Amino acid sequence: MATPSDGAVLLFWGVVRNQNEGREVNGLEYEAYAEMAEAKLRGIVTEAAQRWGVGEIAVVHRVGKLNVGEASVGIAVAAPHREDAYEASRYVIEELKRRVPIWKREHYLDGPSAWLGGAVPEPEVPA
Amino acid sequence: MTIRSLFFASYRDLAGTGELVLTLSASSTVADLVAQLRASSRTLALLPAAPAVAVNMTYAPLETALRDGDEVAFIPPVAGG
Repeated sequence: MATPSDGAVLLFWGVVRNQNEGREVNGLEYEAYAEMAEAKLRGIVTEAAQRWGVGEIAVVHRVGKLNVGEASVGIAVAAPHREDAYEASRYVIEELKRRVPIWKREHYLDGPSAWLGGAVPEPEVPA
Repeated sequence: MTIRSLFFASYRDLAGTGELVLTLSASSTVADLVAQLRASSRTLALLPAAPAVAVNMTYAPLETALRDGDEVAFIPPVAGG
């Protein structure tokens, strides 16, 4: 991943937690519009790479049922300096949560599972 | 014209399927498609009046004019990560 000019390599894991808003969670189930999600992620990575001049960015997001403690998303960033690495990594996870067509259904110990709400993506083109 | 509608997550629960193919009159917009869908079944009546949509994988406003063969994906609020 890193090249000899990279002084900082940063790895972010998003992990399934055992509770959300006070309710006991025993797993999450992710669904994606895969083809569109991949295209959106590539776009976000390109934006980050251009904006912070990072060397290399890799993003992976899993779908399907995940247990507590399992990673759902991983973002690796290599950059000459740590500041760019931290900012680029933060940008990728925030933009992913804002506009990549992925959804999660929360499974509880006490009661039926439920799709979680989230961000409403903005139109990319005028009418 | 013929339009392919895709439904994901909570919207697929409303549609009872991940995909529907509908025929619309010429010069229809996404808003017309939404109205037709919301009138088509008791559960799809629960589809929001102004849902986020992607036309051919690009997020687009409801006023977007549709063309024959377009794909309209209905996008519930996203929750990745």
